[in-house]
Amino acid sequence: MIISILGIRGILLNRRNILIMSMPIESMLLAVNLNFLVFSVSLDDMMGQSFASLVPTVAAAESAIGLAIFVITSRVRGTIVVESINSIQG
Amino acid sequence: MILSVLSSPALVSGLMVVRAKNPVHSILFPILVFCDTSGLLILLGLDFSAMISAVVHIGAIAISFLFIVMMFNIQIAEIHEEVLRYLPVSGIVGLIFWWEMFFILDNETIPLLPTHRNMTSLRYTVYAGKVRSWTNLETLGNLLYTYYSVWFLVSSLILLVAIIGAIVLTTHRTTKMKRQDVCRRNALDSRRNIMNKTISPFGHS
Repeated sequence: MIISILGIRGILLNRRNILIMSMPIESMLLAVNLNFLVFSVSLDDMMGQSFASLVPTVAAAESAIGLAIFVITSRVRGTIVVESINSIQG
Repeated sequence: MILSVLSSPALVSGLMVVRAKNPVHSILFPILVFCDTSGLLILLGLDFSAMISAVVHIGAIAISFLFIVMMFNIQIAEIHEEVLRYLPVSGIVGLIFWWEMFFILDNETIPLLPTHRNMTSLRYTVYAGKVRSWTNLETLGNLLYTYYSVWFLVSSLILLVAIIGAIVLTTHRTTKMKRQDVCRRNALDSRRNIMNKTISPFGHS
């Protein structure tokens, strides 16, 4: 849980480039997953675990596509500094 | 004691992801977080989820991040001087989350603050002798393959979309790629070409 809050803080405070901004997203996903699992163990419910085994699937998929998009935008733009990516056109 | 030994590097590394100057360091810290999370899951007794999260998060996600960092020549960046500009909003968001947590974690289910309640009044039944002990994998399989099989198939579709999307996004049309023109391939008459070459090896084809 605290790791997810740290991840949110990492996204908000880290504006250097998009790559470093997308890493706390992964950490946040993992922290939320851990949250699901801990609560499902403590509340004796299986729903948490069956959902928490599908969350890393989505996490890996979106990180793959996010990195592909990052590769393409950096190839198009030429820079990866976040401030200069302020127009959708291109 | 092992719990605190495992969980404190996770918190510190979660903090250090933001603050690391070197971009490779800022990938190694999430790897440390993933390792600690996997260890915590083993301590909880969820062996399957620990191994799955280790394999998926470390083996796929962190490795792809490492590849991207190696590919792009990201310089050692200086710390952004205007970090204080974003601090009020992020501080408010963090405080709201923190405040919401205390609604969820009341002391009856999960004791967060040390209370002086009589701890022996907790009744829990020891199921160990009564039921057949299932492993974590068996319990997951009991649900995922029977009742929630639709979720399982949908997640496989998500992975398929991710594979196709990643490949489609990164094929570059201007670089030379060896492709096969399918129509031309099908239009070749194999018998005519092969027979020509074998009949007249010295003449023109």
